[in-house]
Amino acid sequence: MSQHSEKKTPQKVQATWSRRRFVERMGVLAGVSTVLAAGGLWIRGSEPVRHRQEEIFKLKDFRVPESSRHPILAIVHGNHVESMVREAFNTLGGVERFIQKGDRVLLKPNVGWDRLPEQAANTGPELVASVARLCREAGASRVWVTDVSLNDPGRCFVRSGIEQAAQQAGAHVFLPGKDDFRATDMGGKLLKVWPVNRLFHQVDKVINLPIVKHHSLSGCTLAMKNWYGIIGGRRNQLHQDIHTSIVDLAAAVRPTLTIMDATRVLKANGPTGGSLDDVVHHETILAGLDEVALDSLALGHLDLTPDKIPFLALAEARGLGRVRWQDLNRSETRV
Amino acid sequence: MKRTIPGLRTLRRLYATFFLLLFLLLLFAGDFSRMQGYDIPLFLELDPLVAFSGFLTSVTVYKGMILSLAVVIPTLFLGRFFCSWVCPLGSLHHVTGLGLFTHRPSASHAANSYKPMFRWKYHLLTFFLIVSLLGGMQAGLLDPIALLFRSLTVAVLPMLDGLGLSVYPRTPVFQGGLLIATLFLLILAANRFMPRFWCRVLCPLGALLGILSRFAPLGIQRDVDLCSHCNRCLHHCQGGCDPHAAWRKSECHLCMNCIADCPEGALRYGLPKSRSSIHLPLDLNRRRLLETAAASLVMLPFMRRSLSSVTTDLPTIIRPPGSLAEEDFAKRCIKCAACMRICPTNALQPTLLEGGWEGIWTPILIPRVGYCEHHCVLCGRVCPTGAIRAIAVNEKIGQKPFDTPIRLGTAFFDRGRCLPWAMDIPCIVCEEVCPTSPKAIWYRLITISNRDGVSVTLKQPYLKPDLCIGCGICENKCPVGGEAAIRVSSIGESRSTTNRMLLKASP
Repeated sequence: MSQHSEKKTPQKVQATWSRRRFVERMGVLAGVSTVLAAGGLWIRGSEPVRHRQEEIFKLKDFRVPESSRHPILAIVHGNHVESMVREAFNTLGGVERFIQKGDRVLLKPNVGWDRLPEQAANTGPELVASVARLCREAGASRVWVTDVSLNDPGRCFVRSGIEQAAQQAGAHVFLPGKDDFRATDMGGKLLKVWPVNRLFHQVDKVINLPIVKHHSLSGCTLAMKNWYGIIGGRRNQLHQDIHTSIVDLAAAVRPTLTIMDATRVLKANGPTGGSLDDVVHHETILAGLDEVALDSLALGHLDLTPDKIPFLALAEARGLGRVRWQDLNRSETRV
Repeated sequence: MKRTIPGLRTLRRLYATFFLLLFLLLLFAGDFSRMQGYDIPLFLELDPLVAFSGFLTSVTVYKGMILSLAVVIPTLFLGRFFCSWVCPLGSLHHVTGLGLFTHRPSASHAANSYKPMFRWKYHLLTFFLIVSLLGGMQAGLLDPIALLFRSLTVAVLPMLDGLGLSVYPRTPVFQGGLLIATLFLLILAANRFMPRFWCRVLCPLGALLGILSRFAPLGIQRDVDLCSHCNRCLHHCQGGCDPHAAWRKSECHLCMNCIADCPEGALRYGLPKSRSSIHLPLDLNRRRLLETAAASLVMLPFMRRSLSSVTTDLPTIIRPPGSLAEEDFAKRCIKCAACMRICPTNALQPTLLEGGWEGIWTPILIPRVGYCEHHCVLCGRVCPTGAIRAIAVNEKIGQKPFDTPIRLGTAFFDRGRCLPWAMDIPCIVCEEVCPTSPKAIWYRLITISNRDGVSVTLKQPYLKPDLCIGCGICENKCPVGGEAAIRVSSIGESRSTTNRMLLKASP
């Protein structure tokens, strides 16, 4: 190389394109352009954000066929909860009437609060355990206990004694997490689509296990009000029309059976309670197939009358049951 | 001799792995979702920097912090072993350095030899200790254990939970989590440029241990006759302590890599012998150090005249139950976030600047995120420094022998937002969830004629301030989104004698 050209920066030059290379490249680019155009047209839409369609579930009817041979309500007094529960089942036609072999059963006690059993803010653990044990004896393949608590759920289930009692009785405790709710059509006047604890879509039988308690806004929290504990979302809005909400929920969830805990009754400062001064011992459980009648019957434990509680008449008008429990076939026993 | 020496490196690896796993185990075990967990702040109690600055702020060594002597005393004899044998953040940096740094001999020899910037950590330590003397606990900002605990709690664990690893029943969110995550990732990423950048340049605990190890009789000894100056000892050196030349005792983590790497058997750990190379003392200029001390001291009058939670009663600074009065709280809290890890409702959040610059990352209760669970006292049980006292449930809720509950603040209704007050709509969710008995929230039944002339009966809520404990469940559950219609502010908190409004003492 001459001295002159050495001073210049060496220039790199491209190779010339062959016809074959040109045709190949054009073919590839045309292919990519076609895919882009087709994909663009395919994905084109009028919505700014594409959301996946959420499946809307509907709750099934968990009730068993009516039978005129058995009473509709069973009132059992006594001191031993398990014998009382057995007596209630026997009165109403035996466990076999409600639970078949292989059934997946869901128990819905009230476990709303981080309270001890004696404070009567949650359903008694003895009642939950007894019902779970009877269901297992009747051949239920799996028994779950669940609730959507207001306080920290872990604490509520432990301190209410329900977690331990349920597990000892062979039931599983299910605390729904954020992914455990399914959009459900409640079909109510007020409640349309709400997120519902998914277990309610996965079981064959549902047993409502409320406790009889005072509640400032609705007057009382009994069987129908207990269905607040199956929904997620902003359920604190339901207070704005609590009576319609209660009836909507009761119309949406038709349980196999309701067994109400009136062994300890919280008469004031409900639904949270806290003071033992507000708790009285009535040593009774109320079981039955008519939630309206049961709620109406339970008012006696709180010194209330049906005319003070608007949701009862609303529920009767909706065909959910009868306020005048006195007209129904019932049995009252003591064990 | 050569056969026994690699044993020290293996031993160090075993220790470091054990302590890192123990740290993570204790972090995971601190889960009380079913009320069964372990409230063990062990590593924070082992931390001499936390203990020593706590001693300077409040002239006491609180409970378990005495355990820090188990690090201090051996360091006096052995050297700065904590950093590579025990410290979980050190081990994390070690591993990150192995992954990120290019270990070509030329690069690692340059990166692993001593640099004057390693002095920075002593200046940071000086700053933190002077501030401690003035009554401000800021060491937690850079203390490695507090920093690691905070970063994992506020950023990493929630992130892992969000990715599907089930850590929590309900994934928590933390304010400023992204900031804490970014800082954590930055100090890890620094290993890309220099292995153990954090430990060598910034760590104030490393600096403290470096000073403590100054008179240690034992050390890395290089036999000048055996050494062939191959510099292989620098290849995996963690401290940057120049084992190839004049060894810098205060920088060495005793990782023992140099001894294992030496092909001549010229390095050993023990007492010096006749042909052992010299050691260099702390590379610090007394004048520069005094400048840092003076600069830190000068901050005090400014601090005393800044609006902060210490100088003013601030409404949003709602501290966890059992917290000390704010001035003492500022002396104790090391921002480790142990309370935030254990809080079952995610109520406890790291402050940003709400409490002033000096309060950053201390815990406050944000009721819109979570509320103080009535019977829960876990935060006080895990607090290593006593900024939150360990209280019993009966003390918290005011049962025998205590006659008043611990109040965090007082709730106030916003009648312009409250449904029954402003919009004739029934509600009183706040009354339903109020956990005290009798309830602090009560209502008046009123019958009014609404806009359409229809007569409606409403329950309008009121608050009885001497019954309110400021737990915040009313604000948390209030259906009015955004700013709730009932909000807690810190006034009336038990821990303060000034942040009060009622003349009559509560019953």
